[in-house]
Amino acid sequence: MLALIDLEMEKHGRKPEPNIFGSVWRFLRRCLFLVLALGPMPNHIAFIMDGNRRYAKRRNVKEGTGHGVGFTTLTSVCQYCFEMGVKYVTVYAFSIDNFKRKPEEVQSLMDLMKEKIDELLEEESIVQKYGFRINFWGSLDLLSEPVRLAAEKAMAHTASNTGPVLSVCVAYTSTNEIMRAIKKSCARKRLGTRGYANCDGESVCEDIDGCVTVADLEENLDTADCPDPDIVIRTSGETRLSNFLLWQTSLSHLQNPNPLWPEFSLRNLIWAILEYQKIYPYLEARRRLAKKEN
Amino acid sequence: MLSSLHLNSPLNYATLNCSSTLLPLRGSRRRTRRDVANESLGSTARPARRYPSLSASLAPAREEEERKEKALLPPSLRPESLPRHVAVIMDGNSRWAKARGLPSSAGHEAGYRTLKKMVELSGQWGIRALTVFAFSSENWTRPKMEVDFLMTLFENVLKESLGEFLREGIRVCIIGDSSELPPSLQKLVKEVVDKTKNNTQIDVIVAISYSGRKEITQACQNIARKVKDGLLEPEDITESHITEELETNCIPEFPNPDLLIRTSGELRLSNFLLWQSAYTELFFTNTYWPDFGEADYIEALTSFQNRQRRFGQRIN
Repeated sequence: MLALIDLEMEKHGRKPEPNIFGSVWRFLRRCLFLVLALGPMPNHIAFIMDGNRRYAKRRNVKEGTGHGVGFTTLTSVCQYCFEMGVKYVTVYAFSIDNFKRKPEEVQSLMDLMKEKIDELLEEESIVQKYGFRINFWGSLDLLSEPVRLAAEKAMAHTASNTGPVLSVCVAYTSTNEIMRAIKKSCARKRLGTRGYANCDGESVCEDIDGCVTVADLEENLDTADCPDPDIVIRTSGETRLSNFLLWQTSLSHLQNPNPLWPEFSLRNLIWAILEYQKIYPYLEARRRLAKKEN
Repeated sequence: MLSSLHLNSPLNYATLNCSSTLLPLRGSRRRTRRDVANESLGSTARPARRYPSLSASLAPAREEEERKEKALLPPSLRPESLPRHVAVIMDGNSRWAKARGLPSSAGHEAGYRTLKKMVELSGQWGIRALTVFAFSSENWTRPKMEVDFLMTLFENVLKESLGEFLREGIRVCIIGDSSELPPSLQKLVKEVVDKTKNNTQIDVIVAISYSGRKEITQACQNIARKVKDGLLEPEDITESHITEELETNCIPEFPNPDLLIRTSGELRLSNFLLWQSAYTELFFTNTYWPDFGEADYIEALTSFQNRQRRFGQRIN
């Protein structure tokens, strides 16, 4: 809670007052994370941020408020993850299917996204504090111009950061991502008949059938330079992937805690990691087998 | 702890009516965001098929059959809200056997009996398709004795059950890399698939030596071949083209499962039907597969009925 207050104050351009309670809380958090880190820590956590609208409805407030609080939750969850040493965080912000919603809702979400992306690049934001790199995955050409430009600016601005990585899936579905990867692979392989070096870098591939491999597709996905998620957390208790990272989550530990996304707290995050640590030995064995088979 | 993962939502099940454009949009008309959104849903967001379809053209024998099926449906299940296509990851045979001090072969045999019962119940309750994950491509790394036993089990099951498939109207499809199977099993698979192809009661897809990623890659190869032959331009490739090239297109009406059940408490997809599970409701249970009985199946179907499927949209 105190961390949220800190973030809110930072957002409005005021430095948080030197606060004894804030410092104690930060110290306790660090101790807690040190204890947690005695067990295996996930390298990559993906979140399906479900439940913003239901949150607003339950509290009888305007729908947009739920998304606003959801963004605050996102920044605090990112902060906790990065403090814990989780290197990659991916969030499902806006699906291609969501374009079918009412135009007013879609527009207000686009406006909110632009506002929040601009905020993230501000001087004293969490991005500057942790030096993290931002990716935007999806068919960005489907976004409205201001949002697309803001996203591209954010990616360019943080491209050279070497800290943790936050990937935001926007105008994204996994089937669309795989389709784009297949298009790229096919376009490249067609070029192969005119002299493109084949997959083992040797002579021109005359028979393209043998050349399209799992690795070919993987290198053309949006997620090419990111490891697969260790944990996928979908809030609000729903148990489906809704077209999110289908290829990449084959061996991910799927969790669906009941709290709505704006209610997702540090306690829920720690619980998620403890669940992962419990199952880790078995998961690791399965991953090694999968690697051996490939 | 894991029980928190079972969805016991009081939400009402709602049927979604969406129109979807399956053909790629060509010509000078610019594709809008709605068009892309429609394509991405493909055939997953068809309205739930009303069961049974009682049009006047139905023969009296079929009506009688459907009356009997309705009578067999447990009271907690509503026929109009049943999933059309159920997928199952039959996990836990070895652990079930180990817990009883038996060899893993006993677990697989018990697992087969459970599968038989599930196919029977699915047919009775009007579920139109059942896909089961029998053997993954990663399973080839298991001990040779276990793998050989499983291949023999598959052969014996197919041989012995062919008569039953024909009697019960079960259409069998086998998906996965069949080139890795023993030659005798490959031959038997072809025979069973061929002899049952006209059956209409229920489609049973068995995934043997299957990998979701390899299936998608194979679809990509098929599409690449079409591109090479000039039948398709890379920029015209849509999600529907990919869906058509996947092996689950042996059931073109509903290739994507509505409900996926995984037993034994594991919470992941393990490379099973990755593309097809985009909007699939997932149900995880701690029960080992050999112990998965009628009551567990009813629980899974009831859970499915209570879920609200939105496909990314709003339901007011």
